[in-house]
Amino acid sequence: MRATTAQHDLVRGIWKENPVLIQMLGLCPALAVTNTVANSIAMGLATFFVLTGSSLLVSLLKRWIPREVRISAYILIIATFVTLVDMLLAAIVPEIHKALGAFIALIVVNCMILGRQEAFASKNTVGRALLDAVGTGTGFMIAMLLMGGFRELLGNGSLLGINVLGPSFEPWIVMILPPGGFFTLGFLLLWLAWWRERGAEEKPRVRRWPHGVRPEGDRRAA
Amino acid sequence: MSQELPVRPHVPSWKLIATLAVAGVAAGLLIVSVHLWTQPRILEHQARALREAVREVLGAPETTTTLYLIEGALTEELPPGVDSLSVERVFLGFDESGQRMGVAISGGEPGFQDVINLIFGYDHASARVLGMKVLDNKETPGLGDKIVKDSSFVAEFVGARAPLAGIKPGSGSGAESEIDMITGATISSRAVIAIINHRVEAVAPLLDQYFRSAAVEPGASSTVAGAGGGP
Repeated sequence: MRATTAQHDLVRGIWKENPVLIQMLGLCPALAVTNTVANSIAMGLATFFVLTGSSLLVSLLKRWIPREVRISAYILIIATFVTLVDMLLAAIVPEIHKALGAFIALIVVNCMILGRQEAFASKNTVGRALLDAVGTGTGFMIAMLLMGGFRELLGNGSLLGINVLGPSFEPWIVMILPPGGFFTLGFLLLWLAWWRERGAEEKPRVRRWPHGVRPEGDRRAA
Repeated sequence: MSQELPVRPHVPSWKLIATLAVAGVAAGLLIVSVHLWTQPRILEHQARALREAVREVLGAPETTTTLYLIEGALTEELPPGVDSLSVERVFLGFDESGQRMGVAISGGEPGFQDVINLIFGYDHASARVLGMKVLDNKETPGLGDKIVKDSSFVAEFVGARAPLAGIKPGSGSGAESEIDMITGATISSRAVIAIINHRVEAVAPLLDQYFRSAAVEPGASSTVAGAGGGP
């Protein structure tokens, strides 16, 4: 039984409750820094580190954080981790730090991270909070890679800076500009909705909605 | 109504303040200790990047010497108590025989997204640019960042005569000061050209003054060449 819970904690954030594609959280970095795959990976890793570190600390300290000041305390913890990531990236991998620029500081206001602290890490054991953070961080990374890959491929004809579509391909410049982020996200969500709908038609019995989400018309017992 | 709501135990204010204060102090200490570890490394990276950039735009000089802008004049001597990073600097490069190769000048101005910082080599006698390298930019990938990635644009600066003039590709008259701007990155290209022109305008009179005073003192140039040092 415990293994199932652990697996569920880990897997849930990766796909079924993907922070970007399903919960619509953390959209700011998902739109802003996904113009190349390299930027997506760096942002995904930095966010992963902050999320895991914050979840660990929040679940460890939850007993000592009074309810009234919990949000301030979570933000303090998240901001500390972000500052550390910022300084460590600048010291260890200055090139990546340069590419991400101001967006690292903005991880503080990524509501996906604060959301996981409030909804999960502050109410569960350290182990479960860590699994949840790893799953959610991986889900965020997957969404960032999907968006970054799509945008770099169409907008620049390349993946990770390596040209894959050949010299005859005329890049869709708009895809690496800010509107391209919205187009890509919209397209991804559309595709996802279609894919889920299709899955539901084929095997309606195993259809399961994320916790707390139930569309109108779905009258089956949860 | 209100009596039916569950009553939470009252937490005294001092406890809330104390919790946040302790957390704040702990966070501060952590940040300071990591800062102490990372700061020298960050400065080292920046110094190395600058050193490489100076070498690149001057054409691999044998020795370089740093000139500081102190009280409106260029000088090799940094007054005691002044941080070398806080004053404006240019870098003089010399070849093996002690001949002056040029001056590396850095500058920054707003581009399309954010400030573009670059460094360029400048030969004062002929008023020619020796080379240009963008140090730092946040221009649009695929468009504005061609000021870095488009090697033919970067190569155009080599040997161009200041003040530079940006022109539409193909519309030039073949003058030495003309730089073909990048299609789709007009603002970024124009910013690069403007930075170089403005910096030449500002630094050229200072160089005039410096070289005049250096020429008066006999043997000044050989001590400069031997002084070595670096950015």
